[in-house]
Amino acid sequence: MKKIENNRAWFLVVPVFVLVAFSAIVPLMTVVNYSVQDIFDADTRVFVGSEWYREILRDDGLQQALLRQFVFSFAILLIEIPLGIAIALAMPRRGARASLTLVVLALPLLIPWNVVGTIWQIFGRADIGLGGVLVTRLGIDYNYAANPIDAWATVLVMDVWHWTSLVALLCFSGLRAIPDAYFQAARIDGASNWAVFRFVQLPKLKNVLLISVLLRFMDSFMIYSEPFVLTGGGPGNSTTFLSQSLARLAVGQFDLGPAAAFSLIYFLIILLFCWLFFTTMMQLGRGPRP
Amino acid sequence: MMNWMAWTLPTAIFFGAIALMLIGMTVWQLVSPSVERRGLLPMATTRGDRLFIGLLGGAFIHLAWMAATGLPLWWALGISVVLILAAMRWA
Repeated sequence: MKKIENNRAWFLVVPVFVLVAFSAIVPLMTVVNYSVQDIFDADTRVFVGSEWYREILRDDGLQQALLRQFVFSFAILLIEIPLGIAIALAMPRRGARASLTLVVLALPLLIPWNVVGTIWQIFGRADIGLGGVLVTRLGIDYNYAANPIDAWATVLVMDVWHWTSLVALLCFSGLRAIPDAYFQAARIDGASNWAVFRFVQLPKLKNVLLISVLLRFMDSFMIYSEPFVLTGGGPGNSTTFLSQSLARLAVGQFDLGPAAAFSLIYFLIILLFCWLFFTTMMQLGRGPRP
Repeated sequence: MMNWMAWTLPTAIFFGAIALMLIGMTVWQLVSPSVERRGLLPMATTRGDRLFIGLLGGAFIHLAWMAATGLPLWWALGISVVLILAAMRWA
């Protein structure tokens, strides 16, 4: 039988391409166009070149927000990834207890961001909140609305509470996918628990960990609602992260030009880090080349 | 037409250049398919990877230039073009 070869299947991709063009490419190009102009209204625009970029790059407040953002994102990665792996390792593997654990772990993921912020706002209050009262009874002077360190601790714990489950669930699925033969072979060789983790489980978790790190990094780098509801970016500016600074600029002051320049710098940083994480983690598993 | 996406001539030229690069890379790939190879960077890259690295590096060179000096951006553009060519050849 003669096979008919043609490339008509590519036409099936056209709807996706059109969708992506209108939902991502056209808006992104428009943002680039905005970033080089001073926009007064729909018909009055003045070309200003790289002025907004220079202004944004030299803005002290934004530099500090960027620094805070990096500290925050790396801190939650350092906490959530090992904690997620540990929880996944400790989870029951089958039966009713496994299902129950999965449901309990999934609960925080179902709660909308601003509701999480509200929950923690009440939970952390030193006068009526369960967590706040407990910490105060322990003799610690705790007030997330007045003390920057307390505010940071609360935002970090809130994010860990909200998102460690995602890492744990991904790792759990990764662990369940390892065939039993690997563990049997390890047992025959007399491998210790640590050796099994280091040489069997961890390498097999590479792909789910890659996804976890990318998702958690991107998501935490764009965090907005939770600190906005919990602390409003305060006390002072101590928990104002990048997206909140951006929202202030774009929606609060309606400075579309600087906000567009800021968005593009923000986008480039996320792009760079995702590429770095992706390349490094893909490289790690390959081992030395023959 | 120019009003819809708030186009300006410089941004139109910029995106035109990117589009030309993508078309050029596609044609190049069809004429002689890229082979993954290892250069200065610690991983194997294809032609497309090297162009992406060059472009991303170029973007950050422009940002660093604007943050550090008040000199015209043409210098940064020149450095970026050299970097992209070097990345395509040796990375």
